[in-house]
Amino acid sequence: MLRYVLRRFLTAIPTLFVIVTISFFLMRVAPGGPFNQEKGLNPIIKANLERVFHLDQPLWKQYLLYLNNLIHGDFGPSYNLPDFTVAELFADGLPISIELGGSALVLALLFGGILGIIAALYQNRPADYAVIATATAGSTIPTFVIAPLFQLFFALTLKWFPVGGWGDGAFINKVGPVLTLMLPQLAIVARLMRGSMIESLRSHHIRTARALGLSDYSVIIKHALRGALLPIISYAGPAAAALLTGSIIVETIFSIPGVGRYFVEAALNRDYTLVMGTVVVIAIFTIVFNLIVDILYAVVDPRVRYD
Amino acid sequence: MKVQFSLKSWLIGCSLIAMTTTGAFAEVIYNRGNSADPESLDPHKTSTVYEANILRDLFMGLMIQDAKAQVQPGAAESFTVSADGKTYTFKMRKGALWSDGSPVTADDFVYSWRRLVDPATASEYAYMLAPVTNAEDITAGKKKPEELAVKAIDPETFEVTLNAPTPYFLEMLTHQSTYPVSKANIDKLGADFVKAGKLVSNGAYVLTEFVPNDHIKAVKNDKFYDAANVKIDVVNFIPTEDRSTAMKRFEAGELDSNDDLPTEQLADLKAKFGDQIHIGPYLGTYYYAFKIDKAPWDNVKLRQAISEAIDRDYLAEKVWQNTMIPAYSFVPPGITGYETRTTDYAEKSQLDREDEAKKVLAELGYGPDKPLKMEIRFNTSENHKNTAVAIQEQLKPLGIEVSLVNTDTKTHYGLLEQHGDFDIARAGWIADYKDPENFLALCKTGTGNNYAAYSNKEYDDLMAAAAAAATPEERMKLLSDAEAIGVARDLCVVPLLYYSYHNLVSNKVKGWENNVMDVHPTRFLAKE
Amino acid sequence: MTDVSLTPATQGRSLWADAWNRLKANKAAMVSLWYLLFMGVICIVGPWFTPHDFTTIYQDYTRVPPSLEAYPKANAIDLAVKDAVKRSRLDLVGWQERDGKVFITLTSAKPIDERVTRYIDRSDVFEGAQISEKSTDGMTMTISADVQKKYFFFGTDNNGRDLLTRTLIAGRVSLAIGLLAGLVAVFIGVLYGAISGFAGGRTDEVMMRIVDVLYSLPFIFFVIMLVVFFGRNFVLMFLAVGAVLWLDMARIVRGQALSLKRQEYVQAAEALGVSPGGILLRHVVPNLLGPVVIYMTLLVPQVIILESFLSFLGLGVQEPMSSWGVLISQGAKNIPSATWLLIFPSFFLTTTLFALNFIGDGLRDALDPKDR
Repeated sequence: MLRYVLRRFLTAIPTLFVIVTISFFLMRVAPGGPFNQEKGLNPIIKANLERVFHLDQPLWKQYLLYLNNLIHGDFGPSYNLPDFTVAELFADGLPISIELGGSALVLALLFGGILGIIAALYQNRPADYAVIATATAGSTIPTFVIAPLFQLFFALTLKWFPVGGWGDGAFINKVGPVLTLMLPQLAIVARLMRGSMIESLRSHHIRTARALGLSDYSVIIKHALRGALLPIISYAGPAAAALLTGSIIVETIFSIPGVGRYFVEAALNRDYTLVMGTVVVIAIFTIVFNLIVDILYAVVDPRVRYD
Repeated sequence: MKVQFSLKSWLIGCSLIAMTTTGAFAEVIYNRGNSADPESLDPHKTSTVYEANILRDLFMGLMIQDAKAQVQPGAAESFTVSADGKTYTFKMRKGALWSDGSPVTADDFVYSWRRLVDPATASEYAYMLAPVTNAEDITAGKKKPEELAVKAIDPETFEVTLNAPTPYFLEMLTHQSTYPVSKANIDKLGADFVKAGKLVSNGAYVLTEFVPNDHIKAVKNDKFYDAANVKIDVVNFIPTEDRSTAMKRFEAGELDSNDDLPTEQLADLKAKFGDQIHIGPYLGTYYYAFKIDKAPWDNVKLRQAISEAIDRDYLAEKVWQNTMIPAYSFVPPGITGYETRTTDYAEKSQLDREDEAKKVLAELGYGPDKPLKMEIRFNTSENHKNTAVAIQEQLKPLGIEVSLVNTDTKTHYGLLEQHGDFDIARAGWIADYKDPENFLALCKTGTGNNYAAYSNKEYDDLMAAAAAAATPEERMKLLSDAEAIGVARDLCVVPLLYYSYHNLVSNKVKGWENNVMDVHPTRFLAKE
Repeated sequence: MTDVSLTPATQGRSLWADAWNRLKANKAAMVSLWYLLFMGVICIVGPWFTPHDFTTIYQDYTRVPPSLEAYPKANAIDLAVKDAVKRSRLDLVGWQERDGKVFITLTSAKPIDERVTRYIDRSDVFEGAQISEKSTDGMTMTISADVQKKYFFFGTDNNGRDLLTRTLIAGRVSLAIGLLAGLVAVFIGVLYGAISGFAGGRTDEVMMRIVDVLYSLPFIFFVIMLVVFFGRNFVLMFLAVGAVLWLDMARIVRGQALSLKRQEYVQAAEALGVSPGGILLRHVVPNLLGPVVIYMTLLVPQVIILESFLSFLGLGVQEPMSSWGVLISQGAKNIPSATWLLIFPSFFLTTTLFALNFIGDGLRDALDPKDR
C-alpha cells in the first residue's frame, strides 16, 4: 500500500506538468487578451502594458518564463488585479472557500448519509418517500435560487442572519452560504446512499450475517454500510475538490471573499496568471483527493487491490 | 464623609468623561456600495470609475471636485496662467501633508507625473497628460520621462507647460491618474506600496484594510489639512456586483448607499425606497457602431435609415425604465458653452421616421423578398440584451432580419479593437472629464476606440483646428461643427441613449449632491 | 395408459424482459415515464398551439402577472389609451368603451394627420384603428379600435414576452440537452470507467491520470474556444457539457468495477475462458448499473444548471432562444417583485426531474438481480 501511495505522489508531478502546459496554451488560443475593455486602449499604451507583462514575447518564451517562476513558487502578479500577486489572492481567499466548502461537505455527508440509510431501511414506506422527495427537491433547486430565497426569508423577513458579507468570519455570516452549498450535496449523497445501501442489504454476506444472528446494528453499520460506501466515496472525491475551491454563485450572491469567482472571472477577463493559478490549485486538490479516494476504496472494500 | 464625597464626585466625573469621550469618539461609519473591486489602488494604474471613487477619497490632486462636481483648488491653493495660455503655475497648499506627516511639495507632482507618462509604468491613462509638452512622445518611448514639461521651481511652486491652450486642463487635473504618489513610500516598499496599512496618501482618508471581494476600509486621515470638517470617520467600500443582493443588503441596513440598481425592478424599488433613489443625467453615451468600411454599411443613407427607425423613446422608457435618456447626438447635453448637434430626425414623429426609413430601404432595393440581414453584437448583460431584442423587433416591420450575438466582454471588445468582422456592435463611452473633445476624439481617423473605422478628412481637419483654436468659444464652435459632420451627418456612431446615474442613498446620509459626473467625495458627506 | 398432457414449454425470460416487467409493476416509475413523455410532447408541440410566439414582445404588457382572465384588465385600458395618445403628441378629450371597441376622441391645434391611427394600432391593447369621425376643420377626430383580448396564463417576462410559450420552448432545449448530454456522459463514462477499473494496474493509473488532467483544465476557456471555432451551435453545448460530466461518471464506475472485479462470478467467467471484453459487457457493466442509473438521474439536473450557467455567461443558448435554467436564473433575480417568473419554469423543471428520479429508482430496482 505504501509503495502505491509513493508511486502516486511521483506520478503527480508529470500530471501537473501536463496540466499546466495544456492549460497555458489553451488559454492563448481564445480571442481577446487581458487588456481589451470598453474604454479601449490606444495602441501605444497597449504596447506598453504588454511589454511590462511580457506578453510581447514569443509564446514559447513566455511559457518557459512561467515554468521557471512556477518552480520557484512565484505565480506572478494578477493581470487584472495588479496590486496583488496570484499567491496573495489565494492565500487570502482559499482558506475561506475551504472553510465553507468543507463544512458543507462534512454536513452533507453526515446528514445525507443518515437520511439515505433510513430510506434504505424503510424502503418503499413513507419514511423512504419522504427522504426521496426532500432529496429530489434539494438536488433540483439550483444554488442561485436557494441563495436569494434564503436571503429573502431568513435574512430580510426574519432578520436572523445578515443578507451577505463575510463579517470577518462571524458564525452567522457563514450559515447562509454553508446551507446553500450543503443542500444539493446532501440530496445527492442521500440518493446515492439509499441506492447502494439497498443493494448492500440484499447481498449474500449480509444474509449470512443475519443468519449468524448478528444484531441489527452490527449488520447495518459494520457490514452493510461498508459495502455501500463505495459510490459515496467515488462521488465525494471530485465533489470535495469542487466545493473546497469555492462556488462562484454562492460567493457572488452572499458577497463572500473566497476564490470561487476566480475560476470563472479570471477566464472571462483573460487574466492569464490568475487562470493558471486556479488551474494549479484545482489540479493539486484533484490529485490529492483522488489519492485519498483510492486509499479509502482499499480500506473500505478489502476486495480492492492495487497491485 | 470626605472620602465618600470624593468617591462619588470621582465616579460622576469619570462617567461624565466616559460619556463625552465615547460620544466624541463614537465612530461614524459609512458603508458604501461600489459595484466592483478596484483593479489597482495605484493612481497611475487605474482605469475604472470604481477605482476613481475610492482614490478620490484617498488622494488629492492639484484640483479637486467638490460635492457638486465643481472644480476647486485641491493640493494647489491657487494658480496663474500665462498670457498665451500655455503655462500654468500652481502654488502648493500650505500645511498640506502626506499621511506620514511629510509635506506635499511640487517635487511630489513632478515625480508623479513623470511616473504617469513613463512607458515602464504602462499606465492606461497616460494620455490624460497629453496636453503637456512631450508627454505623448515619452509614452511612445521617443523621449525620456525627465523631459516632461513640468518643473518644481521651488517646493511650493509647480509649473506646467502645455502644447496649446487647453481650456479643459483644470478639469483634467481632477482625474485620478494625475494624483501624486509619495516617492519615499515607493522607494521604501517598491510594488507593495499600495498595500493597505502601508499606502501613504494625501487625501481625507487612509487605506487600512483591503480584503478583495469583501471590503476596503479607509479611515479618516488626521493629518489632512481639512480634517476638522470631515465628518465621516470610516468609509467601507463594499463591492456589490450582484445588484439584487445589494438591494437586499441596503434594505437590511448593511449598506448606506449603492452606486447602481437593477433598473428592470425600478417600479418596485421606487415603491419600497421612495426618494432614496436618485436618478439623473450622466456624461456618457450608449451607442451602436456600424462597421463603416464594410458593405452595405458604408452607405450613409442606409445607416441613417436604420438609425431613424429605432424608437429610442421606447428603449428609454420600457427597456431602461427611464433610467436612460434618448440620444440623438454623441456628446450629451450639459457641457457649458457647447452646442450639441443632433441628427435631423430628432424632432420628427416616430411614424414619419419609420415611413422615411421604409422609403429609403425600398429605394436601396430591400424589401420582403430581398430582406436586409443584420447581426447585432453586444457584450453579456441583461440590459444590453433587452435593448438589442427591442431593436430587433422594431426593425422587423422594415424588412430587416436581425440576428443577435452576445459574447463576454473581453471577446466583444477584443473583436472590436482588432476590427474583426461584424455588422453593428454595441459600445458605450463615459466621459473622463467634462469636455466634448473626450467624446469626439473617438471619430478621428485611426483612434483606438474608433470601432466603426470612420475616416473623414474634413472631420479630422476640424478637430485639429479646434485643438489649435485661439479662444475657448472658437474651439467649442469648431468641435460642434465636427460633431455635425461626423455624427449628425455621417453617423460615425449611432447614438441611442445618454447614460444616467442611478444611486440608492439612505436618508441617513447627508450632503449628497446629485451631479452630472456622479462624483460624491466622502469628505463632503455626513451620516446621522 | 394415462394421457400425459404436455404442458407447453415455458418460455424463457431474458434478463431485460424481466427488468421491463418489474419496471411496469412500479407505479411511481410508470407514472413518471408517462409524465416525461407528456412533458416532451408539450414542449415540442406546445409552442405551435399557444396564441403567442416566443419572440413577440408586447410593449404594453411587460412584467404582467399570470391571469386566467384576458388582458387588458378593466383599469388598464385607460392607461393604454393615455400611453398610445401620448406618443402622438395630441390632446385627449376622452374615450369610451362600447361592445368591445373603444372610441377615442383627440384634438389638436393643427389639423390631425390621418396616420395617427398607427399609434393606436401600435399598442398591444388595440387593433384595427379607424377614423370614425372627423370634424370639418380636421382638428378633432374620433378613432375607433377593437380591444384585443390576450391571455397570458403564465404572465410575461421583463421584455413583455409570454412566459407560457417561452417556458415550453425552453423545455425543448433543457430536455434535449439534459437527456442527450446525460446519455453521452453515461455512455462514455461507463465504458471508460469500467475498462479502467476492470483492467487495473498500469492501465487504470494512466486512464485515471488522464481524467485528472481533463478535470483540472480551465473549463471556461475550453468553452470559449469551442464557441470561437464552432460558432453558436446547439451541438456545441452538448460537447461542452458532456465533456465535463463524463469524468465524474467514469470515476464512480471505475470505483464499482474495482470492487466487482473480485466477485466470484467474474472469476468464474475468467475460469471458463470468457474474453475480458465479454466479461466486461456481460457481467461487470450490468452489475454496476445500479449506482450508474441513480447517478445519471442526478446528472441531468447538473447538466441543466451547467447549461444555464454557460448561457448566463454568454456562452450558451442565444436570445431569443432560452432554456429552463436561464429562465430560472432570471426569475430568481426578480423575487419578490415578479415571483411568477421563477415559479413556472421551476415547477416544470422540478416535476420533470422528480419524474426522472422515480424512473431512475424504478430502473435501479428493476435491474437489480438480487431483487427477486
